[in-house]
Amino acid sequence: MSSQRLLGLNGDEAAAYAIKQVNPDVVAAYPITPQTIIVERFSEYVADGLVDTEFVAVESEHSAMSCCIGAAAAGARAFTATAANGLALMWEMLYIAASLRLPIVMAVANRALSAPINIHNDHSDSMGARDSGWIQIYCENSQEVYDACIEAWRIGEHLDVQLPVMVCLDGFTLSHTMENVLTLSDEAVRDFIGERPYIKVQGHLGEAEFRLDPEKPLTMGPLDLYDFYFEHKMHQVEAMRRALKAIPEIDEEYREVSGRSYRLLHPYMMEDAEVALIGLGSTMGTVRHVVDRLRKRGVKAGMVKMRVFRPFPTEELQELLKDVEVVGVLDKAMSFGAPGGPLYEELRAVFYDADERPLIVDYVYGLGGRDTPPNLIEEAYEGLLEVKRRGEAVEKVRFLGVRW
Amino acid sequence: MSTAITLKEMVKKPDLLASGHRLCAGCAEPIIARLVLKASRGAIIATTATGCLEVATTIFPYSAWRIPWIHTAFENAAATASGIEAAWRAMRRKGRGPLARYETLDIVAFAGDGGTYDIGLQALSGALERGHDFTYVLLDNEAYMNTGIQRSGGTPYCAWTTTSPAGTVIPGKREWKKPIDEIVIAHEIPYTATVSPAYPLDLMQKARAAFETEGPAFIHAISPCCRGWRFPPNKTIEVARLAVETCFFPLYECRVEDGRPIYKLSPPSLAIAKRPERKKPVEDYLKIQGRFRHLFRPERRGDLIERIQRWVDRRWEMLLEKAGL
Ligand SMILES: Cc1ncc(C[n+]2csc(CCOP(=O)(O)OP(=O)(O)O)c2C)c(N)n1
Ligand code: SF4
Ligand SMILES: [Mg+2]
Repeated sequence: MSSQRLLGLNGDEAAAYAIKQVNPDVVAAYPITPQTIIVERFSEYVADGLVDTEFVAVESEHSAMSCCIGAAAAGARAFTATAANGLALMWEMLYIAASLRLPIVMAVANRALSAPINIHNDHSDSMGARDSGWIQIYCENSQEVYDACIEAWRIGEHLDVQLPVMVCLDGFTLSHTMENVLTLSDEAVRDFIGERPYIKVQGHLGEAEFRLDPEKPLTMGPLDLYDFYFEHKMHQVEAMRRALKAIPEIDEEYREVSGRSYRLLHPYMMEDAEVALIGLGSTMGTVRHVVDRLRKRGVKAGMVKMRVFRPFPTEELQELLKDVEVVGVLDKAMSFGAPGGPLYEELRAVFYDADERPLIVDYVYGLGGRDTPPNLIEEAYEGLLEVKRRGEAVEKVRFLGVRW
Repeated sequence: MSTAITLKEMVKKPDLLASGHRLCAGCAEPIIARLVLKASRGAIIATTATGCLEVATTIFPYSAWRIPWIHTAFENAAATASGIEAAWRAMRRKGRGPLARYETLDIVAFAGDGGTYDIGLQALSGALERGHDFTYVLLDNEAYMNTGIQRSGGTPYCAWTTTSPAGTVIPGKREWKKPIDEIVIAHEIPYTATVSPAYPLDLMQKARAAFETEGPAFIHAISPCCRGWRFPPNKTIEVARLAVETCFFPLYECRVEDGRPIYKLSPPSLAIAKRPERKKPVEDYLKIQGRFRHLFRPERRGDLIERIQRWVDRRWEMLLEKAGL
């Protein structure tokens, strides 16, 4: 393990600091609260000559992603950061980045989507992007943001994967909250990420590395209709499947360097849990605290934090939750008109065929940054205990902390 | 500064956009693209916005491009090119990867009028303002051809398109062609030029000048489309020449030096400036294109033709003034 330095950083600064150490070739970004600190800090690193990155202050998020795509296609390591409306403006390009198999890294400081315009945290932005083909990592604290912003490069660039990676951090709760962060040395980061590897493809003049190179010309992004498009989509299906294997491998390597390891899922008090909450992001810190409180009162409560939402760790979840009687899903986004929030629906789908499965209820919470204090989480657990007593969930989708 | 380009030398260079693509017979777009690529100094990377050129030159697993080429989307050719250019700069600085080898790299973005005047204007403006070292080639066929001839900001007044149909009440497009070159020049980029495939040497010379420019360069090519303009495919060059001879589409260059735009008419248009009697009436240009048929049939719309002529005259005079003629 290499020696580390303790720094006081908020989530945005942790992302910017990690990216400084990575020293990518191109950063193209556009300001939007609560992401702005990332671009501001990074601009300072550029201005002070601490990185030799080409910083492109684009005129929109659509262009930010387009610029990252052009750069990554030319062989560069490219980074951007955004939130909410900015991510929405990128939508078209998110799919294109993933489908062109470009391992771009992006920090998303999660924020509610307009309208009404709201700068605070929920997951409606990145949840809407869940089908775009990006790997999604959700962070609980600044330390996780820092580590994910380093690991993301290795995950996305893994030769079995070759996909872009979204590092999600809750707006304000993480982006603007100062925490202690253990940081690696620049050398340790550089050694860990190494050089970007390229897959080999067939070009006009024979085998070529997948990048724009005048000596080995390639055509990228051609028209691709019913005769091949579907096969190309299968490659993406396969890449996500492989990412499920690659992430723990890279994690293990990262543990050797940093002493910190993040698996796909973070279970807590799950060995004998009868009721459990599952969710993403910073709220899970509060949930852990509530689990401790409940345990002191003799309640067999547990929780699972999902660190990686895409690819969805189906088997791991089945294994972890099969013996739990009631699982509550914390969804910080709503899919209007759908049976429930996005995580709820996927979790139910995962258990549909299982012989042993928990009762599952949904708690949509925190929309637009609505505060989610411990007593609200406790209320959710009480709901789960009630379902356990009855042996059935009458009301499957519930809205937590709303006047309704 | 510019290395001399001669036809003799250029015909010897291989075409970097191969034949066998599926653009319509008589389409001007591949002619322009081939001529631009011929003028490249060597290493070149191209990006192309969604549109006829992109769709018809690639279909997996085939490609007509003999150079590294990428298509990402419709409205972002300039932003994609920005990224390629930024990558090249970074790689050179770090001495990393194949792009680090190139002292000069011709980065070219091709986009249609839809991808430039309309949906791509923001990305273009941003890239010009940031000063990326690239060449943007506007292939102006004056409508969204790839989606079936819909009007764009580049469609001329009175032209029929499928979304500006010539009806019994409204005679085609009601708005004038957007002055895109002025918009681009207002960004004070170092080099802007207009070209027509009827003048291949002029086109290649300007493309070379664009490649040699440090910073953004903009080439506006008139690109007659036999399908959308409704003329026979063997008339493409004739139409492209008439656009210049009528001063509907004058040929010139504009270099910004010391913050001042210096306009220079190119030989075909300069000849008209010197001998104004050579300027052909715009009617000659309009009447050979089916998209203006309603100006002539069932009855001649002299009022509208006259209005178009006045527009041409006014803009031509303004150009002469700018060129100090
Ligand atoms: C965001 C978006 N909107 C619309 C389209 C549909 N579309 C594809 S090509 C095109 C027209 C292209 O017109 P132009 O840029 O003039 O190029 P041309 O085909 O005429 O050469 C349109 C509308 C698209 N691909 N993307
Ligand atoms: S529709 Fe027009 S621009 Fe498109 S390929 Fe045919 S001739 Fe060319
Ligand atoms: Mg067009």
